Amino acid sequence: MSHTEAPQGTRRDFIYYATAGAGAVVTGAAVWPLVNQMNPTADVQALASIRVDVSGVAPGTQLTVLWQGKPVFIRARTEDEIAAARDVDVSTLPDPDANNANLGEAPATDENRSLAPFEGSELPAGTWLVQMGVCTHLGCVPLGESGDFGGWFCPCHGSQYDTAGRIRRGPAPRNLPVPVAAFVDAATIQLG
Amino acid sequence: MFKTLALGAALAISALPAFAEGEGHITDYAFSFEGPFGSFDKLQLQRGLQVYTEVCSSCHGLSFVAFRTLSQPGGPELPEDQMRAYAEQHSVFDETLNDGEGGERPATPADRFPHSSLSNAPDLSLMAKARAGFHGPYGTGLSQLFNGMGGPEYITSLLHGYEEPPACAPEDFEGYYNVVFAAGGYPEECKDEEGHHLFPGSWIAMPPPLSDGQVEFADGSRNDVEGMAHDAAAFLMWTAEPHLNSRKQAGLTGVIFLAVLATLLYLTNKRVWAPVKAGGRPIGHDQHGV
Amino acid sequence: MSGVLHDDYVPKTRGEKWVERRLPIISLLYGTLMIRTPRNLNWMWIWGIVLMFALVGQIATGVVLAMHYTPHVDMAFASVEHIMRDVNGGYMLRYFHANGASLMFVAVYAHIFRNLYYGNYKTPREITYIIGILMFVLMMGIAFMGYVLPWGQMSFHGTSVITGLFGAIPFIGESIQTWLLGASAVGQPALNRFFSLHFLLPFVLLGLTIVHVWAFHTTGNNNPTGVEVRRSSVEEAKADTVPFWPYFILKDFYALAVVLAVFFAIVGFMPNYLGHPDNYIPANPLATPSHIVPEWYFLPFYAILRAFTGDVWVVMFVDWITFGIVDAKFFGVLAMFGAIVVMALAPWLDTSMVRSGRYRPMFKWWFALLVVDFITLMWVGAQPAEGIYPYIALIGATYWFGYFLVILPVLGVIEKPLTPPPSIAADFAAHYDPQTGGTKQFAGSPAE
Repeated sequence: MSHTEAPQGTRRDFIYYATAGAGAVVTGAAVWPLVNQMNPTADVQALASIRVDVSGVAPGTQLTVLWQGKPVFIRARTEDEIAAARDVDVSTLPDPDANNANLGEAPATDENRSLAPFEGSELPAGTWLVQMGVCTHLGCVPLGESGDFGGWFCPCHGSQYDTAGRIRRGPAPRNLPVPVAAFVDAATIQLG
Repeated sequence: MFKTLALGAALAISALPAFAEGEGHITDYAFSFEGPFGSFDKLQLQRGLQVYTEVCSSCHGLSFVAFRTLSQPGGPELPEDQMRAYAEQHSVFDETLNDGEGGERPATPADRFPHSSLSNAPDLSLMAKARAGFHGPYGTGLSQLFNGMGGPEYITSLLHGYEEPPACAPEDFEGYYNVVFAAGGYPEECKDEEGHHLFPGSWIAMPPPLSDGQVEFADGSRNDVEGMAHDAAAFLMWTAEPHLNSRKQAGLTGVIFLAVLATLLYLTNKRVWAPVKAGGRPIGHDQHGV
Repeated sequence: MSGVLHDDYVPKTRGEKWVERRLPIISLLYGTLMIRTPRNLNWMWIWGIVLMFALVGQIATGVVLAMHYTPHVDMAFASVEHIMRDVNGGYMLRYFHANGASLMFVAVYAHIFRNLYYGNYKTPREITYIIGILMFVLMMGIAFMGYVLPWGQMSFHGTSVITGLFGAIPFIGESIQTWLLGASAVGQPALNRFFSLHFLLPFVLLGLTIVHVWAFHTTGNNNPTGVEVRRSSVEEAKADTVPFWPYFILKDFYALAVVLAVFFAIVGFMPNYLGHPDNYIPANPLATPSHIVPEWYFLPFYAILRAFTGDVWVVMFVDWITFGIVDAKFFGVLAMFGAIVVMALAPWLDTSMVRSGRYRPMFKWWFALLVVDFITLMWVGAQPAEGIYPYIALIGATYWFGYFLVILPVLGVIEKPLTPPPSIAADFAAHYDPQTGGTKQFAGSPAE
C-alpha cells in the first residue's frame, strides 16, 4: 500500500486507516442483513408459543393439539393414574431422566413430569400431564389409554409408556419429551 | 457539457404536467409520519384501529395484517393482553380442528385479520400504497414527489369527499357522489358536448361510511368526519407499511454512514492524487521497470 | 493482458512462486488491479464500477429474497408481503432490490451516453461496445422478468403487453408468444419460468461483465481526449497513465459512496416513488388498470414502440410494399428493437476521424439534442397515446434514428474538428500545471 512510503507520516496514515476502518464497518453492516434474514421470521416466531384452552378437558380425557408441526398430548389424569405413576421406583426405569424442558436434568419422578396446576385449582396436584405425542423410537404417534402400563402404546414397534409418559418396555430409548408449558390462567395452558 | 445536460434533464422532468383532469381536489393533510424524520403517532393509530373496527371492518378486510403486529414497536403498540383480547373477538377457520375436518375457533395473535366480507369491497391492507398515485393514467409513484402527498391524503379526502350530487344527475343514478373519487360511474347528463366532466369526482359504490360523532374516542379526540377519516388513513398507512419507522431509521443510518465514508474517501483520494496533480511521478508501484 | 506497456508481476516469495506455477491467479489479479489507466479520466468514468457493485448487490439481495419468495400465482403476492412484514429486515432487502434496478439503469444510461460522447465505441473498442449493448439488452430482460414476480396488477398486465409484442411478428408470432408464456395467456407457467430465468440470467450478466472488462483491458481505456496512450516507450506510457490501484480504485470508491448515499436516501425515505402504486393490488386478469405504464427505464423505448402508428406515411408505405406483412404493430416492434440495433452499429456509422466529442464543435450540439431527445421520449412514454403526445413521440423517434443513421455518417465528412492535444500527459498537465492556474479551476476533479 502506498501509505508505507508516505513522507509526512502520521496524519496521512490516520486518514488511510480511518478510511479502511469505515469501509470495513460499512461492508459489515451491508452483510449482516443478508445473514439475519435466515433467522426465523416474525410469523414463525409467533407460532413458537401457542395458548390452549383446556377448560373442556375433564379428568380421564386427553386433548391433542398441533404445535410447531407436532402433536402435543394434554391429559388430565384420574387419581388412579396419578397413583399408578407415583408408585414406580425411578431407579428401575429404562430412562431415569424426566426429559422435561421446563426443568433441565432431573430424575424421572411423576412430580417432575407433570405440570403444576393453576393456583387455586380444585384438581389434585399432578393432574396435568403435557408431553409431545411423538414416540422417541422412530417418531410414530402413540395411542392413549393402552398398553400394559395403562399409558401410551406405540403401534409401530410396540413401545409401552406408563401413565406419566415414561418408557417402560420396547425399543424406544427415552421418556416422551415434556415441552415448555405453563398455566396462564385457570383454563389456559401456554406451550412454548 | 454534462452539467448543462443534467440541468436540462431536471427541467424536462419538472415540466411534467400536473395531474389528471377529472381528478378531484385532494387536500394535503399533515401526517406525523411525513418527511425523513416523521414517524407514526401510536395514539392516532389506535384511534384509526377503532374506526376501522367499528366502521370499515363490516365490509373491508385487512387480510395481510397479523393481530400480533398491533403490539409490535412502531405500530399502534397495544398492550399484549389487549391485543390478545382483540384477536379473540374474531373467529378463524382452522383446518386442523375436528380431526382434519376443520372448524371455527377464536383468532390468536398469530392469525391475521379476516378477508373482506363483501366481494366488491377491496382489502384495505395495502390501500394506502396502492392509491399513492391517486387514480387514473398519471397515477405513477412519482405523483407523490410532484404533489408532495400520497395515499393517506387521498384516503382522508375520499372519506371526507361525499357531497350532494349536482342537479344534472338523475335521481336514481347508481352510487354516491364523491368529489375526490375519479374512477367511478358518471352520468351522461353531467358531461358537456365534448364529453368533459362538468363536476369533479364521480359516483362511488361505497355509501358514505362516516358521520359526525359516529365513533367515541376514549381520549376525546376530534370525531367529526374529517378527524375520523384522518385517523383511519394514518392507520391504513401503518397496515400498508408497518415497518415505516424502522425503514426511515435504517435509511438515515445508511446515509450518515455513507456520508462519513465518502468524506474519508474524498480526503484519501485527494491525498493520493496530490503528487500526480503536482506534476510529480505517481507514488508507489513505479519503482521497477517493465 | 493490457496492450499498454506495463509492469509485469514477478513472484517474490516461495509461496507466491508455488501458486504461480500451478495457477497464475496472482499475476491475473495484479495485472487487473495494477493496469495502467489514462490519468485524465473524468467523473463520467465511474459508472462501470457503480454498475458492477449494483449487479453484485442485486444478486446478493436477490438470492436471499428467493429464499422467501413463492413463484405461484396464488402465493406470489402474499409471499412478497411476507417478506415486507415478517422476514427479518425483509422490507429493506426488497426495497433495495426493487430500487437497485433503477440504480442500475441510471448508471447504465450514464455509461452509454458517456461512450457516445467520447467516442469510446470507435476502433479498436467495438467488441467492448457490442458486448456492452448485449449486456444492456440482457439487463432489460432481467428487469422485466423481475417486475413480473410480485404478481401485482402492473406485473400481470405489463407482462401481457410485453409478450404481446412478440405476437406481432408475422406468421410465427403467436406460436412464439405461446411458447414464451407456456399458455395462451399469462399465468402460472409464465410466472414460474420468469422466476427461474430471473434467477439465472444475472449470473450470465456477471460472466459478460468479465468479458467486457477483459476486452477493454486489452485495448486500454479510452479517455476524455480520445487520444491513445503512447506506446513507443515505457516512459511515455507512464507519463500518460497511472496504475488503477490506488488512484482509480479510490476515486471510484469515493464516487460509489456518494451514489450509494443518494440511493440509500431513496430506499429509506421514498422507496415507492419509482414504482407503480397499482402493483400493490394483487393481479386480477379480469380488471385492467386504466393505463399500463412500464417502469421509467423502459419508457424511451416504449415511446418509440408507440410512435409508429398506422397513419404515419412510412408505416403505410412499408405496409403496402410488404403486402401487409409488416403492419403498424410489427413496425412498432421493429422500431423498438431497431432503436437499440442502430445504437449498436455506431462504431461503423460514425465516420469522424476524431474520437472524442470534446474536439467536435458540431457534434457536441447534435449529441446534446440526442440526450434531450432521450429524456423527451422517456417523458412522452408515460403520457397517454392521445392529443399531441404521439406527434412528440414520432419526432423523438425520428431524431433517434436520424442521429445514428444520418447525422453520425454525415458529420464526419462535413465537420472540421479541433486539434486534440498531442498526448494525455499534455492534456493532464494543461489542467493541473500550477502556472496556468488550471489547478484552481479544476480543483478536485481530473481533467474535464
